Amino acid sequence: MNETKNIMIVGVGGQGTLLTSRILGGIILTAGYDVKLSEVHGMAQRGGSVVTFVRYGKEVAEPIVEAGQADVLIAFERLEALRYAHFLKPGGALVVNDQRIDPITVVTGAAEYPEDIIENLKKTYKVYSVDAAGEALKLGNSRVFNNIVLGVAAKHMDFSKEDWLKVIADTVPPKTVEINQKAFLVGFES
Amino acid sequence: MSEKKIMLGNEAIARGAYEAGVKVSAAYPGTPSTEISENLVKYPEIYCEWSPNEKVAMEVAIGASVSGVRAMASMKHVGFNVAADPMYTAAYIGANGGLVAVVADDPGMYSSQNEQDTRQICRAAQVPVLEPSDSQEAKDFIKLAFELSEQFDTPIVLRTTTRLAHSQGVVTLEDRVVPEDKAYERNIAKNVMMPVNAIQRHIFVEQRLKDMADAANTLDINKMTIKDTKIGFITSGIPYTYVKEVCPDASVLKLGMVHPLPKKLIEEFASKVDILYIFEELEPVIEEQVRAWGIQCIGKEAFTVQGEYSANMLRKVVLKENLQINTPAKVPARPPLLCPGCPHRSVYTVLNKLKIHAAGDIGCYTLGAVPPLSVVDTTICMGASISSLHGMEMAKGKDYIKNWVAVIGDSTFMHTGVNSLMNMVYNQGTGTVVILDNSTTGMTGHQDHAATGKTLMGKTVPAINIYHLCKAMGIEHVTEINAFDIKELEKVIKEETERDAVSVIITKSPCALLKEVHFPNKCIPVPEKCKKCGMCLKPGCPALTKNEDGTISIDATMCNGCGLCKNLCPFDAIEEVAK
Repeated sequence: MNETKNIMIVGVGGQGTLLTSRILGGIILTAGYDVKLSEVHGMAQRGGSVVTFVRYGKEVAEPIVEAGQADVLIAFERLEALRYAHFLKPGGALVVNDQRIDPITVVTGAAEYPEDIIENLKKTYKVYSVDAAGEALKLGNSRVFNNIVLGVAAKHMDFSKEDWLKVIADTVPPKTVEINQKAFLVGFES
Repeated sequence: MSEKKIMLGNEAIARGAYEAGVKVSAAYPGTPSTEISENLVKYPEIYCEWSPNEKVAMEVAIGASVSGVRAMASMKHVGFNVAADPMYTAAYIGANGGLVAVVADDPGMYSSQNEQDTRQICRAAQVPVLEPSDSQEAKDFIKLAFELSEQFDTPIVLRTTTRLAHSQGVVTLEDRVVPEDKAYERNIAKNVMMPVNAIQRHIFVEQRLKDMADAANTLDINKMTIKDTKIGFITSGIPYTYVKEVCPDASVLKLGMVHPLPKKLIEEFASKVDILYIFEELEPVIEEQVRAWGIQCIGKEAFTVQGEYSANMLRKVVLKENLQINTPAKVPARPPLLCPGCPHRSVYTVLNKLKIHAAGDIGCYTLGAVPPLSVVDTTICMGASISSLHGMEMAKGKDYIKNWVAVIGDSTFMHTGVNSLMNMVYNQGTGTVVILDNSTTGMTGHQDHAATGKTLMGKTVPAINIYHLCKAMGIEHVTEINAFDIKELEKVIKEETERDAVSVIITKSPCALLKEVHFPNKCIPVPEKCKKCGMCLKPGCPALTKNEDGTISIDATMCNGCGLCKNLCPFDAIEEVAK
C-alpha cells in the first residue's frame, strides 16, 4: 500500500469513540504501518460532536483528515454522519450506526432533527447502515455496539479477521474479550 | 531499548522528560496540556505535583532548578500568563539544573477563552522556544530543551498546540539517563534579582539571546531542505506536516527553534527560492522578523491569523487547486453541555428561576451561559468571577448587585479565586459568591487539588477546608448546602443576595462523572400524571426529550438519577426507581 489511508470516527461525546480509535491504532501498528491519530479533548467531550482522525501508510505527515479525503467515515450517530459526510472522498465508504441522539438545540426547539438522513445520504455516498444498538441487545450487552460498527467498517480496510480479533483481545478489558469479539464478528460477517 | 509505541503528543513529552532525567514536575491542569502530568506521574522516579496555579508551578520548577536538578512546569497558554511573573525573572536568573516550561497553545480555541500566541510572550520575556511537529519530535525536543537550558543558562519553553498535544504518532523509546545533580552554590549576583544584580543580568540576557541566535544557524533541529526552488516554505510545528503533505517537492526550512531565529540560515534559504512563504499558525512571529531583515515573503496576507491551518489551505492558496468537495450539509449544532446528573445544572436552575445574573469563571459551569439555563453573564479568566463582581459593585453600588452572584468552581477558587475573595472582604464589598464545589477539577478530566485531599501522586493528605478558609477571612455568612436541595438553595440565595455583607454559599455535590459517585436510583416518567407543563425540561438535561404529544421520555442509559427533574415536577409525574 503506497497511499495513505484516511479513516474518521465521529459521534457524540460519551459514546466511546476512544476505544474504537485505540483498536484501530493497535491493528495498524501490528501491520507495521506508520500511523497518526488525532482527536480533541476537553470542552468537546461534554456531549458535543466529537471526531477522531486516523491516517496510516508508509509514512504519514499530517495528523488530520480533511474535507474530501476520507476513505472510510465511521459514524456512531445519524446526525453526525450527515455533519461530516463531505469529508469522504469520491467512492469512500460511510458506515453509520442507525441511532438518533438529539442535540440540545433540538431538545430546546431551536432546531429540528433532519428526517430521512440515511436515505438522503445514499443519494450521494456509499452508505452502509447498521442498527448496532439492536444487534448489541441481541448479544445481551448494549455497550458493545461500537465493535459491531467497527466490524462493518473493517470490511473496507485491509486487515485480516484474525488480526482484528487479536487486537480487540489486547485492547478491551479481559472479562469482556469474548463479547467484544462476537460483536465485531456480527458487523464483520454481516 | 528501541521499543516503538503509539503515543499522544503529551505522553511523548512526559516520556522525553523522563528520559532526560527530570526530577521535579509541577503543573496546573489545562486543556490541552493536562495529560503531560498525568503521564509523568506514571514514572515513580519523578516527583510530580498539581500546584494550585501556574505561577506556583513555575516557581516550584525554578526552585528545583536553582537547587541543581532538571525540572519542568507545564500549562496551557493562558496559564502561561499566570506564570509570566516568575518566568520573566527566571529568564534573568537562568538555570542551574535544566529548566523547561511546556506551554500549549490552542489555535481554533477548542477549549479556551482566547487564541493568544505563546511565542510572543517568549519574545517579550527573552526566553528561547522549541516547537515540535509530531510525537517523536515532542520527545526528542524536550530532551534537547534540557540540554540547551543548561548549556546556555536559560529557561526554555517547549511550545505545543492542541493538534500536537492531542495527536498520536509512533515514538521510539530510549532509556532514562539522569545527569548528576549540579552543585548548589550561593550566588546572589545570579539568584537575587534586586536592581543592582538585575542590571548586570540583563546584560547577560541580551548577550545570551545573541549567542543562541548564532547557534540557531547550525542547530540540527533547524533543517533546510533544498529541492524545487520555485517555492520555499519557512514553517514549524504542525503546519510543517501540512507542507510535507501537500508540497513534498518544495524547498523547506523547518524551524525547530522558533525563537530566537537563525538570521544567516534564513537569509541563505530566502536567496535560494523564488517565492518564499512563511507558514505559521496564529501570529506572524517569524514573518515580522523575516520582514524586518528586509526579506520579501508571503505570510499573513495569504494565511489567516485565526484558527488551525490545514493541507487544503495550501492546496487552495499555493497550488491554486480547485478542490472538489461536497457542500457540508446544514445540520443542527451539537454544542457541549453539562452532563446528566451534573450538580451545576441544579444550582443554575435555581439561579435561572430567581433571574439572577452571574459573573462567571473558567470551568464546566461556563456552559451555563447558553440556553436553556442562560445564567452566566461574563467569563474572563481564572478567578475573575469574584473580583469582577466586586468591580461592578464599586462602580454602581451595592444595590446594583442584589440580583448578581459570582459563580466559581472549587478548583478555580483554589487557583486564584481565593485572592479575589480576600479583596472583596478587605475592600468591604457585599457580593454573594457561590462556590460550585464538585470535589474535583472537572472540565480537564478530574484532577485533584488542595481542597480534595489527594495529591497527583495518589497520596491522601488533609484537604484544605473551603468553609473554614472563608471563615478565616472573617466572612460571617458562609453556608454549605447540598447542590441538589433546590428548595433550600432558593431560600439561601434569596437571603444572601439581600444581605449587605460578603457571603459565600458552598454548593456541594461531587461531579457526576467521578467513579465513586453512584446515585442509587434512576428517573422514569409517569405519563398519565403528566400535565405537559415543561418544567422538567427547563434545566436542559440531555437525558430528557419531549415527545410529540408533549409528554417526556427519559433515556435510561443517560439518566444518572440525580432527581432534579423529579423535584421540579409539580405533578409527581416523574418517579425515582432503583437502577
